Amino acid sequence: MESHVVSNWVVVALGLASLAAIVLVRRSRIWSDAFVQLWRRRRLALFVAGIYVGIALLDSVAWVGGADGNADAVSVHESRSVIDRLFGGNQERSYSAPFADVEFYGAQPLAHPGSHILGTDLIGRDVFYLALKGARVALLIGGLTSLLAIPLALLFGVSAGYFGGRIDTVVFFVMSTLASMPGLLLLIALIMVMGKSTFAVCVALAVTGWVGFCRIARGETLKLRELEYVSAARALGVSELQIVMRHILPNLMHLVIITFVLMFSGLVLSEAILSWLGIGVDGSWGQMIDQARNELSRDPIVWWNISAAGIALFGLILAVNFIGDALRDVLDPRTLQGNE
Amino acid sequence: MSALLEIAGLTVRFPVGDLDVPVVDSVGLTIARGEVLALVGESGCGKSMTALSVMRLVPKPGRISAGSVKFEGRELLELPVAAMRHVRGAEIAMIFQEPMTSLNPVIRVGDQVVEAIRLHESVTRGAALDRCRELFARVGIPDPDARVRSYPHELSGGLKQRVMIAMALSTRPKLLIADEPTTALDVTIQAQILRVLRDLQREFGMAVLLITHDFGIVNELADRVAVMYAGRIIETAPRKTILTAARHPYTRGLLRSMPALAPRGQRLPEIAGVVPSPAAWPAGCRFSTRCDEVFERCLREVPGPTVMGEGHHACCHALSTQGARA
Repeated sequence: MESHVVSNWVVVALGLASLAAIVLVRRSRIWSDAFVQLWRRRRLALFVAGIYVGIALLDSVAWVGGADGNADAVSVHESRSVIDRLFGGNQERSYSAPFADVEFYGAQPLAHPGSHILGTDLIGRDVFYLALKGARVALLIGGLTSLLAIPLALLFGVSAGYFGGRIDTVVFFVMSTLASMPGLLLLIALIMVMGKSTFAVCVALAVTGWVGFCRIARGETLKLRELEYVSAARALGVSELQIVMRHILPNLMHLVIITFVLMFSGLVLSEAILSWLGIGVDGSWGQMIDQARNELSRDPIVWWNISAAGIALFGLILAVNFIGDALRDVLDPRTLQGNE
Repeated sequence: MSALLEIAGLTVRFPVGDLDVPVVDSVGLTIARGEVLALVGESGCGKSMTALSVMRLVPKPGRISAGSVKFEGRELLELPVAAMRHVRGAEIAMIFQEPMTSLNPVIRVGDQVVEAIRLHESVTRGAALDRCRELFARVGIPDPDARVRSYPHELSGGLKQRVMIAMALSTRPKLLIADEPTTALDVTIQAQILRVLRDLQREFGMAVLLITHDFGIVNELADRVAVMYAGRIIETAPRKTILTAARHPYTRGLLRSMPALAPRGQRLPEIAGVVPSPAAWPAGCRFSTRCDEVFERCLREVPGPTVMGEGHHACCHALSTQGARA
């Protein structure tokens, strides 16, 4: 299947998943209360994060054809997303300052004068357009990696904590082994082995990132398994697997959500570091920063490229961290008492 | 009356350091259908462990090392796991000491009771919910229609314990094990819960193994009483006999130290010393370290049961030698 078709279906699936999530949240008083609290505390952060998600989704819906006026022979057969259609296509030959009518060096007239609100880069691409495109990459890295790492951590953490014994020994050994290797070196080695694709970067980040949450899940399961409702479930004849599914996992959900949000921002930043080292994902803000770092030494300075990527990255991370922080206040049982 | 539950020679061992300590040592008990047996003793004497052995839920690393537990003639200790799971809940139910943590905080209480019912019976959700409402009304939960939709944190301790009782009784078990069901509740609520338990026990004709350290509760509910000390049953008797004519020095000591029975204006009598830890249990009679009437034979030999009257046994050398002398 072509990649843009996959991407369209993912958007549909995400839409359905969020609808299901909304229905579930509305049905459970605990979760809808938590959401109301969160909305009250972090309206701006939620709004900003929503804009990023919106841009990423618009950039994920793509189709072939429908060429506009300036389409060349190649782009007719390529799929282009909504963002490509709205903001792409104003290619220049080289640098242009924001809102400029002529090229930054040499003052040649631009093909699309005044249309570059954040200027263009070395090969004439519109920086505003590139910054928008980065949102999809960032959310893809954060989302896909969390989707790989969190179930893995839950599976290992919960089984180690609940069943203990030999399973616990093995899981703990694996965790300690991973934790005793320098994270960044392991990350680079994994990407080198698997090749430099988006999926490979996500897998590598997941392999190095699941240990922390696994430890938390194991500890929390150790605590939950001793609680009386677990004993009571056993005394009622509930099987071990059902106890895990019904009594352990649901009571870990608040941790899953907090971890997802906090892990998300960490992953996006890690990718920026990888890009800076030259092994990141194509089109990410990290790569924009990497490509722009030499521009700071030009005279006159080319500042818009690195600033656009930096601010886009900063805005997303700050919003997500604010949300994560508030989520912890709202959901963590240790801070919950104050809200009731 | 035929025996519903027969425990014989039950021994539960726990590794403590290098030792393998029997925290429950050769315990024998029988409970008839519809009978309330109170198992009385201080903290750490093995009461709860005896009850958990009946359910085969002794926590690791402990294990049942010897003995038999027969329920309606079936040996529970040899039952396959799946069959044992059916016994738990459907035939023997259990309620715990701590109502605050006995319910899953993220599931509505009605759903938890419904799940318990549907675990053992194939009924529709609606029918199970109707039964749940009935049970809630029966155990004295006000406004059951609204309460089934409550989350545990919205209920008080007393209400949660009522929910636990409703859940335990939802499958009409033949035996209810109540492990200190009122210890965590305040006194007025205790009385209400005890009344609910007594009424339902009579109505359902259900046998109850009541674990407690409170003779007040024994007096409210029990038909027969077994007193446990340091992992062993030391005296068994009908309720009236225990309260008026207990023979074992430990039982008498316990009764003397009850404020309601003690003479006014004097210091409340107590049993000197504390229960020794399982690893330090003395050879011979385990009460010998704290007994006023101890003599040489107590330190050497484990006392066997001496028949003191109808259904009344006590394990004490002082009594057996008296009996022999008489």
